[in-house]
Amino acid sequence: MATTEALNTKVPENENAEVSIGEYQYGFHDPTDEYSFMSQKGLNREIVAQISEMKGEPGWMRDFRLKSFEIFESKPMPTWGGDLSGMDFQDIYYYVKASDRQEKSWDDVPDDIRKTYDRLGIPEAEKKYLAGVKAQYESEVVYGSLREDLAAQGVLFTDTDSALKDHPELFKEYFGTIIPPSDNKFAALNSAVWSGGSFIYVPPGVNIDFPLQAYFRINTENMGQFERTLIIVDEGANVHYVEGCTAPTYSSDSLHSAVVEIAVKRNGRCRYTTIQNWSNNVYNLVTKRAMVYADGLMEWIDGNLGSKLTMKYPAIYLMEPGARGETLSIAFASEGQHQDAGAKMVHCAPNTSSRIVSKSISKDGGRSSYRGLAKVQKGATNCKSNVVCDALILDPESRSDTYPYIEVEEDDVAMEHEASVSKIAEEQLLYLMSRGLTEVEASAMIVTGFIEPLVKELPMEYAVEMNRLIELQMEGSVG
Amino acid sequence: MSSLLKIENLHVSVGETEILKGVDLELRQGEVHALMGPNGSGKSTLAYALVGHPKYEITEGSITIDDKDIIELDPAQRARLGMFLAFQYPVTIPGVKVADFLRHAISNVRNPDRKEGEELMPMRDFRKELRSTMQELNIDAEFARRYLNDGFSGGEKKRMEILQLAMLKPKFAILDETDSGLDSDAVRVVSEGLKKLSGPHMGVLIITHHERLLEYNIPQYTHVMLAGRIVETGDAELAQELHNNGYAGIRERHPEAAAEEEAAKETTTV
Repeated sequence: MATTEALNTKVPENENAEVSIGEYQYGFHDPTDEYSFMSQKGLNREIVAQISEMKGEPGWMRDFRLKSFEIFESKPMPTWGGDLSGMDFQDIYYYVKASDRQEKSWDDVPDDIRKTYDRLGIPEAEKKYLAGVKAQYESEVVYGSLREDLAAQGVLFTDTDSALKDHPELFKEYFGTIIPPSDNKFAALNSAVWSGGSFIYVPPGVNIDFPLQAYFRINTENMGQFERTLIIVDEGANVHYVEGCTAPTYSSDSLHSAVVEIAVKRNGRCRYTTIQNWSNNVYNLVTKRAMVYADGLMEWIDGNLGSKLTMKYPAIYLMEPGARGETLSIAFASEGQHQDAGAKMVHCAPNTSSRIVSKSISKDGGRSSYRGLAKVQKGATNCKSNVVCDALILDPESRSDTYPYIEVEEDDVAMEHEASVSKIAEEQLLYLMSRGLTEVEASAMIVTGFIEPLVKELPMEYAVEMNRLIELQMEGSVG
Repeated sequence: MSSLLKIENLHVSVGETEILKGVDLELRQGEVHALMGPNGSGKSTLAYALVGHPKYEITEGSITIDDKDIIELDPAQRARLGMFLAFQYPVTIPGVKVADFLRHAISNVRNPDRKEGEELMPMRDFRKELRSTMQELNIDAEFARRYLNDGFSGGEKKRMEILQLAMLKPKFAILDETDSGLDSDAVRVVSEGLKKLSGPHMGVLIITHHERLLEYNIPQYTHVMLAGRIVETGDAELAQELHNNGYAGIRERHPEAAAEEEAAKETTTV
């Protein structure tokens, strides 16, 4: 099963080994010869059915998958957004299982996999500031934990496959209702072959004080990862969920196509933070949507640093009066990368408000696009919507575009949109350098300052991580 | 041994236009020099050339610090050798806190061998020093947490330059019209601040139109620039004379330079 290059792990054992300048830090991979299952490359009805069978799913889910596969096949490739012409659906592994079970202790996780998560710093973060962790490796979750006091209060934090088995009624009530398979080609694909992802239920009034974190790792070349996440925040409850993602650097492409569905009930609050740092051979095509009910609040904090192409527009449907939505997104496009990211806000009820703040940075020929929708439906009076996009372009080879769409079907609406594009000014560089900062340090400082208004919204640990990633991206970019 | 900044026959162009046409000047640690001259005579150009602004191309001549040629060095390397410019128009760097910026700058300047990514000056030591320096210069401690020059008034920006000067303790400080555009209280604050900071370890080159800064910081030498050259050098009295009588006398004594100045004005207005 293992490919020859997969056996040849080139990463030094020493974790403090110096990272060479400007290189992607998480590009290493583990051997795959101990894997418990790998599907055939490519996709057809049989593989879809096989995935369902291997998971021992009920008939309705098998049918749902097969129906979704039909929808996937019937829908054309999108021709807008990024360049998908290099995407070959038959050159992807759709289901890869590295380990047979999910563990509750890191000691029981297979060595190679555990070491990978050690290097990513997950067990350490768990000890310090997380209320729960899910680690997904390839198609399945290999480790899961949840603080005992939260479990005792009825909080569920499990992988989505287990939720289907253990909480079938809750699962069925929401699954596929916020993002139906017919929504778009990649939502259909995910619905056909989904595996893993997080399932969270927060009971009424429960406030989870520390973040729950999921960590997604692709290891195999040409891997497709299709996690499916479902978060239900009941009335007056509160959760902060964080996801991180990395993958090895390979010469051929991998695919990450997730679906994330979220329901925030009356007075509930959900913050969803993503620090996406895929290697530059990953297509990242993700559908994320939240429905927010009366006086609830949904916040997407979306950091896109990695991948070859990202197309992702987290959406918030404001379903009842008083619902609020906010999206803060940072995109960093470097050489060979296209970040086509943004946000959608749909005001379906009166007295709802939304805010989108988007910051993008392009360098070394990278391209970042803001693509967003602010929509006010008929009857949704007295709504407020505010969109601010700032782009920073670091060199003449790089590019930034803005595609704001506004659809308003009511008069009584306050809608604001501002966009700006700036370049690092020579004068700013000179000023900082004349105080002893090198060109790299000065540019990194200007970029860090540019995204500071967003980074300060992150919990401290993630803010530090985000700044560190930006600094890594900046290294080697000048001189 | 005190250090010496030596400028010899310096020619500087911006694009196709030659602005400095052979400047000679020696500034030793501990000395205070005034550089005066009408608008457009090349004072700011000299300041930018000294710190290494990439737009200001040195076509001839040399700049040395203790016989080490610095023309090939970038602004960061020059800063590490002790060069400092208080900018006439300090730029705004949104999102970068004054304290974070200064800690980074100091770590590099005080430890010239520091590599990117290596430890910064310990936070505790830095904070202590910053706090006491701000107190000494009557700068509100709250400025440390503000974004660099973002939303600062003209006077606040100039005080921020003086604060940087105080923290970085350069061997050679060039002040480019640090007193311009300020009300008299602000000029006093900046002048007193500079007076406190200068001493045997700092050579100061004050570019100014006004006398206030020079009242507090009496120059041993006054240089007068006209049409890209230093045409006269005197003492503090020369500065006083220029302030009282303007540059008419200088133009009379140096008709060739005055003619060049006229010619340059015409080409720029055409």
